[in-house]
This record gives sequence, structure tokens and C-alpha cells, in this order.
Amino acid sequence: MATTAPLLTSVEVARFVAHGFHRMDAVVPDELNAQAIGVFDAGVPEVPYGTPVKRAFEEGSFARRLLDVPEVAGALRSLVGPDPTVDHHAVHVREPHEGSAQPLHGDAIIDTRMDAFDVQLMYYPQEVTGTMGGTLSVPGSHLRRTNESDTGRYQNLRGQTRLTCPPGTVVLLHHGIWHGGRRNDSDVRRYMFKIRFNPTVPQVRLWDTADLDDPRVPQELSRFFPWCEHATGRLEVYNRIRLWRAMTGDASFDIDYWATRVANRPGRAA
Amino acid sequence: MKQQVLVLYLNTSALDSEVLAWAFYDGTGKTDPTTGDSDLPPYDTGVEALRDGWRLFQASQLIPPYPGHEYDTSFMKHEFFFEKLE
Repeated sequence: MATTAPLLTSVEVARFVAHGFHRMDAVVPDELNAQAIGVFDAGVPEVPYGTPVKRAFEEGSFARRLLDVPEVAGALRSLVGPDPTVDHHAVHVREPHEGSAQPLHGDAIIDTRMDAFDVQLMYYPQEVTGTMGGTLSVPGSHLRRTNESDTGRYQNLRGQTRLTCPPGTVVLLHHGIWHGGRRNDSDVRRYMFKIRFNPTVPQVRLWDTADLDDPRVPQELSRFFPWCEHATGRLEVYNRIRLWRAMTGDASFDIDYWATRVANRPGRAA
Repeated sequence: MKQQVLVLYLNTSALDSEVLAWAFYDGTGKTDPTTGDSDLPPYDTGVEALRDGWRLFQASQLIPPYPGHEYDTSFMKHEFFFEKLE
């Protein structure tokens, strides 16, 4: 990966911790976007689970050039660190007028890690319009403990994201986020290339931490989402505090005393 | 006689609280709802659905958290099933 890639700021990483994704519109050059669908139709060679990126995608390959786009490289390094491994990758196609959407789901299986996470890259080489079945995702759902498509009963949630985007857009997702491919009501095949990354280092202060004390960090972490019950929303903030403590190595970090208050037991042993 | 089912997820356990999420299943075959097909809920509250003729037939129970899992979040908590018959 490029070493000059711009790292995310603390405010951007806090936004990722709250939302469960980091979106970068039109960051991939047109030259790559123009080649993408041909490459995907020809098939991207499979790689064994857990292969280091540099071995999974050889120098000059399409996937390697995608990951070398400076904004992509910097954001990935900020979230999963240097030298992640490739869990798996896949080209997802939503066929025109294909009938139904995917059920809302989280990928893989229920994953309760609170001090580590995988990142899924989603790359859209073409413009995705409202009728093309762009990915549905639910901001802030990634820390909910649910297993795969057990959430399939939920069709729509307030504040959900029905992705529309310009060509060359990349979204990095926390592994737990609720999402699904929407029904494609257009006449155009819709492509998305996904790569799941596993960290190989502790995910602690991997980003540009110069703004760690910026007041917008707790503001981002405190966000309430329109689909989330008010009471449960407080627990979501509590769980983000736990994740932020793990990602910064600061066991005293808190917002509005949520975590401190419920741990205060004067004179009692742990 | 065919059944239409509306599922509303509310902000609290009160039936007159705000709709946060929703799903619709149509046994009449007149519509074909699916995941991610709308950004606006059909009603603002559960009671608004009652006023429009939907019959409530199931509501989620209030279950205390399992010990040790008080801060875990999971499925949406306040689920209400309604029906209409045609």
C-alpha cells in the first residue's frame, strides 16, 4: 500500500465508530472504473482465507491498484492497520428487474469482539442511481448482537441509507453493520466489489491522532440514529465508549459520565 | 379471506410511541413489498395504525436483560404485529 496515503483524523474515526462505515465518494480514478466491469466479468482469482494483501493481489493487478488509491489506502490503514490479511473477496451483481432484495443481514456470523473488528470494502465502479438497487445499510447498527439474516424481518428503518453514488465510490464498513443488496428496478446490471480485511495488529491509535482531544470526537460518538429506540440509543453510546477506550488505549475515556457512573462502587473490590 | 400483515417497531413499549421501523407482508398479492423499498413509515405511531383499521394481534413482551448482558444491544425491542383481512 502507498506509504503517503492520508490517514483518517480522530473525528473521522469517531464517526466510523458511531456510524459503522466510512464513505469516500468518487475517489477511484476514471481509468480504473472504466476497467472494473471487464475485470469483474472475467473473474477475480480467489485467494485462501487469511492471505496477506501483498500476496493476495499481485503488483499491477486491478485489486492492488484499487487498494493503492491513496484515500483508500489511508483509510484502510487507519482502521485495520498495516499489512491486513484478506479474509475473502467477491463481486456482487444485482441483475436488472431481479425481483426481490436481499434480507437485511450482517456478514459472516455473530461477532462479539469489542476490541477488534474487520473492515469490509465495498467498491462501486459505476454510478448507482436510486433504481439500481444500491446497498441498503443501517447507520449505527454494527454493535447490535444479531446473527446474519435473523434481522431479515426488518424491511425499512428510519434514517436507513439507500446508497446512490458517483462512479468510483468506496465505502468501508465495520463487520457488524446491517445491510443488504436492494432490488434492482432499473435496466442496468449493478456491480459491487467487496473485500473483507482482518487486522494483524492491535487496532490502537492507527490513525492521525493529532486531533484526539477535538470536542467533535465525543459529539460524533454521542450520535443518536432515527431508527434506534431512545433507551437503547443510550446503550449504543455506552458501547461506543467501550470501543473508543479499546481503540485509544484510554481506559478513562467517557462521555457524559455514562461508563463512569455505572462502574462506581466505592470500597468494593472488582 | 386473505391477510395483510404490518409490523411496526416503536420507540418505547407504548403503542402510541413513534414508529422507528416497519415491514409489510401482503397476502392479497396486490403489492410486492421488499427490503429497503421506502424511507417513510406508513404511520407515525402504533395508535395511528389502529385508527386506520389495523388490528393488533401480537406485541413483544418486556423481558429483563439476562444477567451479565445488561449493556448488550440486539434486535429491535418494541415489535407490534397488526393485520387486516380482505
